[in-house]
Amino acid sequence: MTLIKVKNIVRKYVTGETSFRALDEVSLSIESGEFVAIMGASGSGKSTFMNMLGCLDKPTSGSYFLDGIDVMKLNSDELSEIRNLKLGFVFQGFNLISRTSALENVEMPMIYSGVDPQERIIRAKEALKIVGLTNRVNHYPNQMSGGQQQRVAIARAIVNDAPIILADEPTGNLDTKTSVEVMDFFVKLNEQRGKTIILVTHEPDIAQYAKRIVRFKDGKIISDEVKR
Amino acid sequence: MIDFNSTFKIALRSLRVNKMRSILTSLGIIIGVSAVIIMLSVGEGAKGSISKDIESIGSNLLMVMSGSSTSGGVRLGGGTQPTLRMKDAEDILKECPSVLEVAPIVSEGKQIVFSNQNWSTGVYGITPSYMTVGLWEIEEGRAITEEDLKNSTKVTVLGSTVITNLFGDMDPVGKTVRIAGMPFKVVGILKPKGQSGMGQDRDDTALIPITTAQKKLFGTNFPGVVKFINVQAKSADELVTAEDEIKTLLRERHNIGKNKDDDFTIRNFTQMMETVKKTVATMTLLLGSIASVSLLVGGIGIMNIMLVSVTERTREIGIRMAIGAKAMDIRIQFLVEALLLSLAGGFVGIIIGVLGSKIVELFSDLTIVISPFSILLSVGFSGLVGIGFGFYPAYKASLLNPIDALRYE
Repeated sequence: MTLIKVKNIVRKYVTGETSFRALDEVSLSIESGEFVAIMGASGSGKSTFMNMLGCLDKPTSGSYFLDGIDVMKLNSDELSEIRNLKLGFVFQGFNLISRTSALENVEMPMIYSGVDPQERIIRAKEALKIVGLTNRVNHYPNQMSGGQQQRVAIARAIVNDAPIILADEPTGNLDTKTSVEVMDFFVKLNEQRGKTIILVTHEPDIAQYAKRIVRFKDGKIISDEVKR
Repeated sequence: MIDFNSTFKIALRSLRVNKMRSILTSLGIIIGVSAVIIMLSVGEGAKGSISKDIESIGSNLLMVMSGSSTSGGVRLGGGTQPTLRMKDAEDILKECPSVLEVAPIVSEGKQIVFSNQNWSTGVYGITPSYMTVGLWEIEEGRAITEEDLKNSTKVTVLGSTVITNLFGDMDPVGKTVRIAGMPFKVVGILKPKGQSGMGQDRDDTALIPITTAQKKLFGTNFPGVVKFINVQAKSADELVTAEDEIKTLLRERHNIGKNKDDDFTIRNFTQMMETVKKTVATMTLLLGSIASVSLLVGGIGIMNIMLVSVTERTREIGIRMAIGAKAMDIRIQFLVEALLLSLAGGFVGIIIGVLGSKIVELFSDLTIVISPFSILLSVGFSGLVGIGFGFYPAYKASLLNPIDALRYE
């Protein structure tokens, strides 16, 4: 089943009289259950592409269907809903809310999808158990290591049972050992839970965890290889 | 669907994180609310005490004073010229349809002596109607009667201040005092009235029959002369009519030519008091408005802090939006924070306002009335301030673009 289908998308930034195409006629399809790594140097358009896929930004032109929904036609509240239910985000800088416990951070997507409080706690604890943080439930972000924080972020991304996880340089702030740990979680989520994972990275050894690697250069896809 | 319970918790936490800032922000509202409550309750108390004054003087009261006399070109003030007579009082009662009751009075300051104590007080020669017109009551013994008037008996009814000064703890009824050397038997005690609105002690008084005063105590060349006539009109609406009727009647009786001045003065007490009451109400409004301005300033403080908070938490807003918060969720979150700040301030303000009013009561002789209206007003106002001044920052937060907010450092 095709989960993501983008066709000829363009993202143009206009500054003064010059315009710049961060994405130039990009087309890509991603099937459910894939593990895709998006690679490229900085400025290649991979992050812009990620923001498009994550419904955080809208393309200037082109079409984008996510799980059969025409994203181009949605307003900002509907985009919020899509992000909430279909997408889980894992950022380079973890992006946990400070002075808020791990449990409450994980609960947050469910607050916005209207899950009732008791079920929220059960599901948040379950998600923290999956990432192996059962004993860190009430810790604040500043009391945890980078790896632990990123695992809380992963728990937050999967708690609403979104089919797609978007990870933007998830190991960028982690040492090699914890990077391996975190990547193992992504593999596990992909293989055991059937999540579609889209990973942006510039590190080749991180990209090796993925089954398909898409390379960007100057706003265009230059290669798209599927590993056997 | 917005989960208010969670929104409330989130707001409460972010306020707790910046405890000092939250307290200082609320302080503006605290001061505003407590100022409004204190101002309004003090005003209400002042109005109440004036109303009580009006009641204790007697309602619908006019005072007719005899004219001023001139001594070597110096006018000596109202009541110094013997122009009013007992006959005038009787005529006013008979001829003026708007008049309910009259009380002619002669008065002089005299020394009263009992055993080795002495006290200077206002001695009033009165008729029995003095009691009803002036709303005086007898606490013990009896009042001055028509019988006393007829026989010019030497009896007196004393006010509580005189009694305290002359008798101490002794029961004065039946004892004999000397007023300007003349023996008078104490037959009754007046129920205390306290201070008048002008700060005069109304219980510092001794009442004697008007005939006794005229004939025996106050030496005068003009028998039957009175100093004032207290007149009670039939109703408040008829006060002005009564004033006109009395004026016409007395000018006629005193044969005053068309272009000549009155040889008497009429004072409208009730109207005076009403004027004072209105002035106090205006003052209360004025002070209340000034206090409200401080509430407004407090509201601007909240807006200021909320704007800072929105900027500080841009990244947090971005994260929330990325994981599914809608514009409305963000707006409500900041609005609830502003509302919490202002309502918490309002609540503390009420406590301080009520306590403050009690302290004012302790140090003044006003009876403070804390009206539910003033509390409702200030709480309502602080709530409005929260919503009003919280709205702009909340709106601003909800307009943030999630990508820009996420990138914000």
